[in-house]
Amino acid sequence: MAGPSNRPPLLRLEHLRVEFPSRHGTLTAVDDVSFEIAEGEVLGVVGESGAGKSITGAAIIGLIEPPGRIAGGRVLFEGERIDDLPYEKLRRIRGKRIGTIFQDPLTSLNPLYSIGRQLIETILTHTALAPREARRRAIDLLAEVGIPSPAQRIDHYPHQFSGGMRQRVVIALALCANPRLVIADEPTTALDVSIQAQIIALLKKLCREHGTAVMLITHDMGVIAETADRVAVMYAGRVVEVGPLREVVKHPRHPYTVGLMGSIPTLRGTRARLAQIDGSMPRLNRIPPGCAFHPRCPRAFARCQHERPELISDGPSWTACWLYAPLARTGSDG
Amino acid sequence: MAEPAGSVPSSAAAPQPLLRVAELARYFDASPPFLNRLLLGGHRRALKAVDGVSFAIPRGQTLSLVGESGCGKSTVARLIVGLYRPTRGSIEFDGQDVSLLRKEREVRALRRRFQIIFQDPFASLNPRWRVRDIIAEPIRVHGLLRGRAAIRARTEELLAQVGLSAADGGKYPHEFSGGQRQRISIARALASAPEFLVCDEPTSALDVSVQAQILNLMKDLQARLGLTYLFISHNLAVVHHMSDQVGVMYLGRLCELAEAKTLFRRPLHPYTRLLLETIPDLELSGRVRVPVAGEVPSPIDPPPGCSFHPRCPFANERCRRERPELSLHEGDLVACHAVEEGRLPAATFDLRAPAASG
Repeated sequence: MAGPSNRPPLLRLEHLRVEFPSRHGTLTAVDDVSFEIAEGEVLGVVGESGAGKSITGAAIIGLIEPPGRIAGGRVLFEGERIDDLPYEKLRRIRGKRIGTIFQDPLTSLNPLYSIGRQLIETILTHTALAPREARRRAIDLLAEVGIPSPAQRIDHYPHQFSGGMRQRVVIALALCANPRLVIADEPTTALDVSIQAQIIALLKKLCREHGTAVMLITHDMGVIAETADRVAVMYAGRVVEVGPLREVVKHPRHPYTVGLMGSIPTLRGTRARLAQIDGSMPRLNRIPPGCAFHPRCPRAFARCQHERPELISDGPSWTACWLYAPLARTGSDG
Repeated sequence: MAEPAGSVPSSAAAPQPLLRVAELARYFDASPPFLNRLLLGGHRRALKAVDGVSFAIPRGQTLSLVGESGCGKSTVARLIVGLYRPTRGSIEFDGQDVSLLRKEREVRALRRRFQIIFQDPFASLNPRWRVRDIIAEPIRVHGLLRGRAAIRARTEELLAQVGLSAADGGKYPHEFSGGQRQRISIARALASAPEFLVCDEPTSALDVSVQAQILNLMKDLQARLGLTYLFISHNLAVVHHMSDQVGVMYLGRLCELAEAKTLFRRPLHPYTRLLLETIPDLELSGRVRVPVAGEVPSPIDPPPGCSFHPRCPFANERCRRERPELSLHEGDLVACHAVEEGRLPAATFDLRAPAASG
């Protein structure tokens, strides 16, 4: 399927499909998504609001809110299927072998408990440490994520920390059982730019040191460029392009990725206008047939309107676009 | 440094700027409640959200204010459009001191000429009004047109100007996406035919591809209608794309005010350098980034001397004691002792360097 790599995959998504029944019919938020994450690899999942990237992350750890449900496909973690596990078993994996970091550090911390209590509780749940050792480990973790004077700060409450410091605590919380995979959903979006850079650097350093793989979900190509090894670009619930970072950023193939990269203002040169993709992402109840991007695509041709493209290999990248199909250009292109 | 000799920042050069702000300040009362002060012995405290900011924007140009949360950039925006009263300082619009206007009629006449666009297009449009009525409100309030047909024609023209169709006028805000709502906000701002727009983080809530649409629209409108912008943003790349002049704010004060071209090529103030350092490297040039330490201190209790000194790698004894004022340096205004004393290593940011195929 998508993204071959030389290491065995830690996580493998096969044709994942997530549906939300609604009054107006069934909405497909994630539609036939397949990718892999290798041991110790950082996979960036990028896309705009409504692309389905957060739902994909939530589906992996079984946190889809009912009535939403996984309607098809499989999630394999360390070679073992986890999407059909009973709640209790999945809960053991979550937190121990898969850690999570969410966008807003305030909502992932309980305001009524000191951060030490939350850390120690998590450590005790997932490891065999004694309470005294757990506290020592919690202090070590806080030091590791760069909290100054951790031995004192451990007894403070979330509101006594700044946004950046809180996100550091959340990272400590995600890493405290030494997970193999961390799912980080917009970990820096709520932070100021200078703090953002600190948190990205920290996440990168810790995961490298611990050999933890990361699924980094973000709308910010800049964050991806700083962190990821490989990138998956999502659009309207589908993966449109997967490839090594350098390929996707410097030689984007899918017209959506090309447009996305062009629309980011940079400091290189002053273009009078930014490249723009006209229109907006379709709502889930109005996803066009064929390639979901075709109404906005400057290079769409007849085939795009009724036939949905699969991910097609093009060098090191995989692209879901008929332009890259072996016989594509025989049609009426452009 | 290829700089034209004797170039002065346009703040000083322009003969008659459209907007001039001098020593603008706004303090908020951050004291504990009266009874607590009485019983627990606390005393009054002021939060200096904006503390002595001066700049001028020539007609038809864009000045951007950039900085992190709490630096006071949005407070400046609100002061200028009159949502807050300044604690001190003056705002001069087209030669008229706004604070001297007393008569309601005069204030209103001036108000028509400047408008604001807010960050959140979900909160700034009345959900119970049709788009047509939202856009027509400034026309009605200022009595610019009489008669239904005339107002209807004008709103349709405004909708077309921002890339929406006449039929969209009959819909409600919830029927639109974030980018389209921001277009509606822009149409409403343009309804009173203003000369000056304050744009407070107009694209921060939008996705990048939509952001590009809105930034392009704003540039087109500026070219077509000769608008002057005060652009507030925390995103330096966006600021670089939009501005003629850039003011960098830190804890309520300007630390650098320069032409956009020079600021991005040769940042002077250490904080400006820090901000430039944080821009992600989309070129994948492998530029080694200096890790940025520390966080913005609380504006209630700013550090003495230069408020940036706790995070500044170049701070010395003087910086801890004495607050630097803005002074002219290589044609730019910068408030930094290290720059003034020439003990700052030159930093040329060659951010444009790597060619497309690196």
